[in-house]
Amino acid sequence: MKILSSWLRAYLPGLQVSDRQLADDLTLRGIAVEGVFDLGPRNGSLFEMDITTNRVDAMNHYGIAREAAAIYDIPLLPLAAPLPGSQPVKQPFPVRIEAPDLCGRFTARVLRNVTIAPSSGQVAERFAQLEQKAISNAVDATNYVTMAMGHPTHAFDLDKVEGSIVVRRARPGERLKLLDGTERTLVADDLVVADEKKALGLAGVMGGWDTMITPGTKNILVEAAWFDPGSVRRSSRRHKLHTDASHRFERGADFAAPPVASAMVSGLILAAGGELHGDPVDVVVPEIAARTAERPAIPLSLQEVARILGRTAEGKALQAETVERYLAALGCRIQTASAADYRVSLPSWRLDLEREIDLIEEVARLHGYNHFANTLPSFSGSVVELPSAGKENLVRRKLLAGGYTEAVGSTFCSASDAAKFSHQPNVHVPLGNPLSEEVGCLRPSLLPGMLAMLAHNLNREAADVRLFEMGTVFSGTTDRVQERPSLAIGATGFAIADHPHFKGRPFTFYDLKGIAEEVLSGFATRSLYFDAFPAATGLMPVWLQPGRSARLVVDGETIGFFGQLSQDEAQRRKLRQEIFLGEFDLERLYRHSLREPAAQELSRFPAVVRDFSFVFPESIAWQSIADRLRALNIAELRSVGPVEIFRDEKAARKTATLDTGHFSLLLRVVFQSHERTLRDDEVQGWWERIAAALQQLGGAWRDKVR
Amino acid sequence: MTIPELRSYTADDLEAAFGELASEVHRDATELDTPDRVEAFRLHWLGRKQGRLKRIGDAWLKNAPPEARKELGIRFNQLKQQIEGVLSAERLDGRNRESVAEALDITLPGIRPALGAEHPLIRTMQEIVGIFQRMGYSVGVGPEVETDYYNFEALNFPPNHPARDTQDTLIVARQEHKPLRDRLLMRTHTSPVQIRTMENQPPPVRIVIPGKVHRNDAADATHSPIFHQVEGLCVDENITFSDLKGTLDHAMKELFGSQVKTRFFPSFFPFTEPSADVQISCIFCGGKGCRKCKHSGWIELLGCGMVDPAVYDSVRAKQPGYDPRKISGFAFGMGVDRIAMMKYGISDIGLLYSGDVRFLEQFA
Repeated sequence: MKILSSWLRAYLPGLQVSDRQLADDLTLRGIAVEGVFDLGPRNGSLFEMDITTNRVDAMNHYGIAREAAAIYDIPLLPLAAPLPGSQPVKQPFPVRIEAPDLCGRFTARVLRNVTIAPSSGQVAERFAQLEQKAISNAVDATNYVTMAMGHPTHAFDLDKVEGSIVVRRARPGERLKLLDGTERTLVADDLVVADEKKALGLAGVMGGWDTMITPGTKNILVEAAWFDPGSVRRSSRRHKLHTDASHRFERGADFAAPPVASAMVSGLILAAGGELHGDPVDVVVPEIAARTAERPAIPLSLQEVARILGRTAEGKALQAETVERYLAALGCRIQTASAADYRVSLPSWRLDLEREIDLIEEVARLHGYNHFANTLPSFSGSVVELPSAGKENLVRRKLLAGGYTEAVGSTFCSASDAAKFSHQPNVHVPLGNPLSEEVGCLRPSLLPGMLAMLAHNLNREAADVRLFEMGTVFSGTTDRVQERPSLAIGATGFAIADHPHFKGRPFTFYDLKGIAEEVLSGFATRSLYFDAFPAATGLMPVWLQPGRSARLVVDGETIGFFGQLSQDEAQRRKLRQEIFLGEFDLERLYRHSLREPAAQELSRFPAVVRDFSFVFPESIAWQSIADRLRALNIAELRSVGPVEIFRDEKAARKTATLDTGHFSLLLRVVFQSHERTLRDDEVQGWWERIAAALQQLGGAWRDKVR
Repeated sequence: MTIPELRSYTADDLEAAFGELASEVHRDATELDTPDRVEAFRLHWLGRKQGRLKRIGDAWLKNAPPEARKELGIRFNQLKQQIEGVLSAERLDGRNRESVAEALDITLPGIRPALGAEHPLIRTMQEIVGIFQRMGYSVGVGPEVETDYYNFEALNFPPNHPARDTQDTLIVARQEHKPLRDRLLMRTHTSPVQIRTMENQPPPVRIVIPGKVHRNDAADATHSPIFHQVEGLCVDENITFSDLKGTLDHAMKELFGSQVKTRFFPSFFPFTEPSADVQISCIFCGGKGCRKCKHSGWIELLGCGMVDPAVYDSVRAKQPGYDPRKISGFAFGMGVDRIAMMKYGISDIGLLYSGDVRFLEQFA
């Protein structure tokens, strides 16, 4: 909204401060001036305003002048609307309000023999400064009055009006061509200003085409009314018509304004010729007047002012005279009920004031927020941390230390991705008004977003990427949406980059498994295993590549899936690099408590290391070897680990060192006792038991193979 | 090898004799240019049986009167330390000479462990939350999909109220058959958690709520349909507007440095009254005015206010303790994205949600 400082000053003869100071002081009192533009010598400034939605009273020049008068404690001139005398008429113009719940007041003035001409004088000058398009004196008059005092009015070509003015609900299906040239089909909830035959305009929103002012208009009916805010808002939304008028009416117009607005509009039109016929017609619905202009006074106590606002910068509560002065300047009438209690009658233009707290806000606002002290409250409560905060921290810390960078992805994904990545097939939650189809569903998984982010990097030649995201995933239906915290990890390219001192190496499945193990190690778990389902079971998610992916199970519950992105999916997304990714259910993980580290006694006796070089058929998984050796129950067996695994690329050829379908394993075991130094013969005994166990599993000594 | 003569055990003579010896050590030490000579020097002076120090010591101590023995011992010790000092310096030097041949090019890049980078949003959010935790605030969270009731109605946004227009809401599909208050939407702010917190907990309450929020906004450099907020709520007896001012002034100084000033001016939020917007003095120019603050010297940073009595009315059925005649409180909310962008000089909000490692790794 644009405001002219010269126009404000016309209402404020006592205003001494500069335009810039005025703009600052208004802004600090909540009447925000966003920009000040100099209009040249003697023209003052143009203020670009940003008025909050509750302050419709300040969306015009007079309203802002009133604020300035309150701030500087200077007089505000009354709104002048000089009118010529009227010609007598036999009957006042007939006006009927048939919807008294939606229209609280309707004033009509009849102007005859008017001259429709371009605006001149002050109107033309101010329109030019405001860059407001001038149309004709009659139309400009209504716009000018809106800018002056904020009340929308309308001028009808009286000769097109048939009979009385009737304010009524529209007939369902009734059609009305509006000023913007569109024809609307109305519903019973739309309020119209009509004559005996037809609707003339959508009340408080926009006038009708048929009765609009044209260069040939001779006689005019000026409407200035008060319409119910909810009704105007519903019509405005229903017809997608946000007009200057609807903006004001739906925020609550001044119930006392119509006669003044009507007089101002009439005076401006008549300046170019014509006469006033009869007295103004003013139909008032008393019930609505009682709810608005004449609403009852509300109590205000100085104690409450102090209880809510605290101390001023001088260390005191606000004084009675100060409070009284601010309220009076805003147009309130104050009666003193007792020494510290008032009854405050509210101005008709401030429908936003209803309660004591509203008055306290006004007092604080006019005093200036920055004139209150900065204090710190004492507190009697206790402090609680979120139960999962420590766990979330641990997961994040481990991933960051492990070289994974945190990302935050989109909350939404496409329906096809939602179907594919949902944990329960085809259960996902669509949005009603998505920004686009690509983001039409609540994400059931973090992986579509993770894949999008990996692709984003690959498309920008960032080839080595390790990301994680911790965020909410959604499941359920549009009736009931469930949310749970989830962790996604995604990686591609090199895990370790080439360096002058060594060769780098690509990211592998085992890197992903390793970080999962590392994260898991922070939690207290009884059992933990990884398994791989054959594709045929249908248990492995479709986005994973069979044979290169795994499920993570903790204490009998699936915590996550991870592995290499399936070739199909990679192809579909045009991802040429191998992609590794996984998703982990943090809600399930967080059910486990954090592992409390416990120090173990360190052995003072030397450890004995033994290596076994064996060849196994491919059907033997490492886990079965490890399990078998643990089952030997050798108390002194400190650790068992694979040191080297060799698969012969040339297995099918004669030069091969290994049979087809076999691999060699260098296994390292460490024995150590807490009580004593181990004897050779006992180590030898264990060595033999281990070798035998490996042979039972189908293994053979490497050097004895050929 | 001759043993120097000691004329008498008087202090002057001792001084002269040991001075001679020290000069001798010093002379020898200038000729130690190979490891062999160093070794010869060592044997010459410190050899266990034939070492010069040992032999002189034996000779001079033999005839020493008892009262001079202590002095002699001290002086021999000093001499020994001088010799050992020469040797250890030479040893170091020798090693250095040896390793020059195999010296590293220490200007080559170090092998840096590949750490992950914290996300600037998460880092900023944790920083803000931490500030309030130190001021005695608990931490709360709430759902990202909310009902119309919690997101709007309970916060004093009546149905059909113009204030709802300012928050373009993303809604869940197929809600039309439900009563308005039960309709599901993406929360447009973290404020619904105020209601959820008060429903679950009688006063006093001090809570800070970080979280993700959504609006139906087309993306550009400063807008994203996804963004983050930190919400705060403090309700107790005798909480005042000046407490709100003091709390946020303190928090902004913690976040941006003690030189930062705050100023408050009236604003409008349906769930607070009085409501305020808070500006901080520009962190780039210190308030003088620059491009970043549009030459105003101030940067708008957050919204806040005293909790509107209507909000207490929303929770009184469940928690009668929230009686607006007895308690009072304040609430505030700040955009984490904006703060992070300002702190780290990020010009495009979209980068925060891109997963672009070239961008993110700057925060490692």
